[in-house]
Amino acid sequence: MTTDLTRKTADELAHALATKEVSSAEVTRALLDRIGAVDGAIHAFLHVDAEGALAAAADIDDRRASGEELSYLAGVPIAVKDVLATRGVPTTCGSKILEGWIPPYDATVTAKIKAAGLPILGKTNMDEFAMGSSTEHSAYGPTHNPWDTTRIPGGSGGGSAAAVAAFEAPLAIGTDTGGSIRQPGALTGTVGVKPTYGGVSRYGLVAMASSLDQAGPVTRTVLDAALLHELIGGHDPMDSTSIPEAVPAVVAAARRADVKGLRIGIVKELGGEGFQPGVQARFTEAVDLLTAAGAEVVEVSIPSLEYALGAYYLVMPSEASSNLAKFDAMRYGVRVAPAGNDDPSAEQVMASSRDAGFGDEVKRRIILGTYALSSGYYDAYYGSAQKVRTVLSRDFAAAFADVDVLVSPTSPTTAYPLGDKLDDPLAMYLGDVATIPANLVGIPGLSLPVGLADEDSLPVGLQFLAPQKADDRLYNAAAALERLLEQKWGGTLLSRAPELEVVR
Amino acid sequence: MSTETLVPFDEALTRYDPVMGLEIHIELNTATKMFCGCPTEFGAEPNTQVCPVCLALPGALPVVNAKAVESAIRMGLALNCEIAEWCRFARKNYFYPDMPKNFQTSQYDEPIAFDGWVDVEVDGETFRIEIERAHMEEDTGKALHVGGSTGRIHGADFSLVDYNRAGIPLIEIVTRTIEVPPEKAPAVARAYVSYVRDLIGGLGVSDVRMDQGSLRADVNLSLKPRGSDVLGTRSETKNVNSFRSVERAVRYEISRHAGILDAGGKVVQETRHFQEDTGTTLSGREKSDADDYRYFPEPDLAPVSPSREWVEELRATLPEPPAVRRARLQADWGFSDLDMRDTIGAGALDLIVATVEAGTTPQAAKKWWLGEMARRANESGQDIDTLGITPQQVAEIQALIDAGRINDKLARSVFDGVIAGEGTAEEVVVARGLEVVSDDGALGAAVDRAIEGDPDAAAKIRAGNLGVAGALIGAVMKEMRGQADAGRVRELILEKLA
Repeated sequence: MTTDLTRKTADELAHALATKEVSSAEVTRALLDRIGAVDGAIHAFLHVDAEGALAAAADIDDRRASGEELSYLAGVPIAVKDVLATRGVPTTCGSKILEGWIPPYDATVTAKIKAAGLPILGKTNMDEFAMGSSTEHSAYGPTHNPWDTTRIPGGSGGGSAAAVAAFEAPLAIGTDTGGSIRQPGALTGTVGVKPTYGGVSRYGLVAMASSLDQAGPVTRTVLDAALLHELIGGHDPMDSTSIPEAVPAVVAAARRADVKGLRIGIVKELGGEGFQPGVQARFTEAVDLLTAAGAEVVEVSIPSLEYALGAYYLVMPSEASSNLAKFDAMRYGVRVAPAGNDDPSAEQVMASSRDAGFGDEVKRRIILGTYALSSGYYDAYYGSAQKVRTVLSRDFAAAFADVDVLVSPTSPTTAYPLGDKLDDPLAMYLGDVATIPANLVGIPGLSLPVGLADEDSLPVGLQFLAPQKADDRLYNAAAALERLLEQKWGGTLLSRAPELEVVR
Repeated sequence: MSTETLVPFDEALTRYDPVMGLEIHIELNTATKMFCGCPTEFGAEPNTQVCPVCLALPGALPVVNAKAVESAIRMGLALNCEIAEWCRFARKNYFYPDMPKNFQTSQYDEPIAFDGWVDVEVDGETFRIEIERAHMEEDTGKALHVGGSTGRIHGADFSLVDYNRAGIPLIEIVTRTIEVPPEKAPAVARAYVSYVRDLIGGLGVSDVRMDQGSLRADVNLSLKPRGSDVLGTRSETKNVNSFRSVERAVRYEISRHAGILDAGGKVVQETRHFQEDTGTTLSGREKSDADDYRYFPEPDLAPVSPSREWVEELRATLPEPPAVRRARLQADWGFSDLDMRDTIGAGALDLIVATVEAGTTPQAAKKWWLGEMARRANESGQDIDTLGITPQQVAEIQALIDAGRINDKLARSVFDGVIAGEGTAEEVVVARGLEVVSDDGALGAAVDRAIEGDPDAAAKIRAGNLGVAGALIGAVMKEMRGQADAGRVRELILEKLA
């Protein structure tokens, strides 16, 4: 076991804290030091709350010393995507329009983290309002991939994934509307889980697309993800779309890690053409490992997947166009007076503030969504897209009648260079082809690092999908594959990541 | 602003038929708002009854108030509506500073209640009003435009917004086109709003106060040329704050539309604001995107699917239907059909009920409400229930009459005092010195002076001609400035001249 506290997994830290080998204050300081040393190059954080994190750590240490019974992860620091409301700590969603906004309340996820005693290190970078797949659409500058800082970390949750990959935090919270947890996980060699829709409360998660958004864990191991999932999941009366059932036994599933007899379906439509050879190769090898371990692997076809990307890019912007209407400079956020107008109306101030406060990708999606919901177009666009979701749900249900989990590469490519697809939104959208379906049908998905692509030595992710409310299946299968891969590699994938230059 | 050319109401109806529909918004009196736990009390300091949800802070989510759904269902049942087995909320998208989310969470093509009807009575004739739907939604905040002459947004220096009202549960009741003889349209509109007020008030789900905005009626009206099937362009008149105004707004809009159409002009589809003082309507604000609210199902809320068992339980809680209640009251009170019609026409049914409950006889209650109070309401252009006098107070005044302490004529002065806020009936009587004099000493002296002053009359009475006693009674009453018990005066005169 490494002695560098920043390299430890959350499970290892929890154990060391419980046995009083280390204090939360020590761990938190080590991570804050690491952030200070490397985040200039990575830019995973938009806001570091050293004071708040150290105070929370000291509090937990005191409570532990007094013999109080604490949550398992108590004292293990965490980073939170800047799309979740944190009381008293800035929350920008990566947008200029919310610059300086300090929420007066906590998201339910934030509240659960605080109640469990995890010090919050800070808020992580993201594409503006989670719109993007590269974190380049952040109004505060991009995040860099720790494997190659000239490349994107994925998005929209590039900040959370990079923070975990760069050992700035053992745990992070991401949110996933079309792949924003899983795709950055794949591109940074980390584990990312999108729970079943409704499995984790959305209260306090600044909505992009209400029917697709879901918060989830970003970690370096499957077990850590399960521990965090169990902590943040469960019914919330403040979120009407929260499911009433308890969180599935994900930690037990991650510890079980046994795929013998597990029926695994390879989704035919999510591979092959358009997928990078190195991605395809690592994916196939990983599936072979599962087969060798006793899983029954078959190919499954879901023809309606052809329509998923199109449906997604109608539903998501439609809901986003309405969700983002509240940013009008009337009650909070940046207010910009229209130029050359001494006596502007409220409407003119709204327009000029939104013009100045929103970036191009956000405006693009608001315009798309406004159009798709317009009278005369609603049936053809939003209405048809919702029908596609129904068909997709049916097709996935049929597939899950034959197999326990489905697998595909998480992303068609490895991390591409910064700026590569910035001027070609459609090319960037295509990168979400494998992750979007889970959001459209509300099923859980997990991305696990499965190696480095031969052509660029960058991480490749494999995605597991399971039926709604069967998140535990993901953890069982992924933990098994993780163990098989680490046995094969003789260590973790991230231990092979290049050392980052440390600034002191 | 251009001056409107108006065509007199009667003349307009010789050429045009009004096509009218009414929308009534009712604020529910639930303890908390539609989608959050904020209190709903009227009149609190601005922006003190707000939270992340009703201020639309980033990340906040709505949760449906189950009590509001219950009230909506009871209201739907009272309006003889079908109750949806499954319905959803929808977002009505438009930008306005009084609406925190810049969309209103409402219902669109899936309302909680639909296909209902009510029967209203005007001049003894019954008219059926068909209800298209009753749906749930949330109220907006309240904008206060400061500066300028009109208190409206045009010309204002700045505007303030109070979000206390944002998120208060509303039920919107929408009629189908109201098919009545054209000349009856204004009275039927008024009777309908009054009827709905009584009906909903009886359910106890709303304060139904037009003056406080807990019941708001919008009049949608267009004209079509007599004999034509082509519908005209409609106006939607808001700010109609009394039953009387409903009637006046309908009349005014008919006259205004006719004036425009007669001149070959085009009616603009717009929101109009009724002006209480002039009885006219003024062009209101044009909403942004007026034609396209981009409705779509609210993804933050689960569908509402009230079980049939629950609906039937709620049906069992409904009070007696209004027609049955009226028949019962008419029999209990011994009112004639005409009495009853006048009572309902004056909007005085519940006032008389309450006055009788406070101890007054039905006849006396009727006398005050349909006589004195109806006259005052008419003269001041107010609704009868906003005069500033309660059934309890009427009952107190009648009790003073029954006790012989004042008479009917003095009671009018007591009403003045009570309405002016001078205190209770008792206090007004004392303060204004209105008590009748029944002290025989004082009255006897006055009678003696009257007899002395009119010996002719006294002689005739002595001779048995009692018909002239009135002249002497009048003289006594005049001397006593009305504050005498007339019956006792008569007795004293007859005793003295026996």
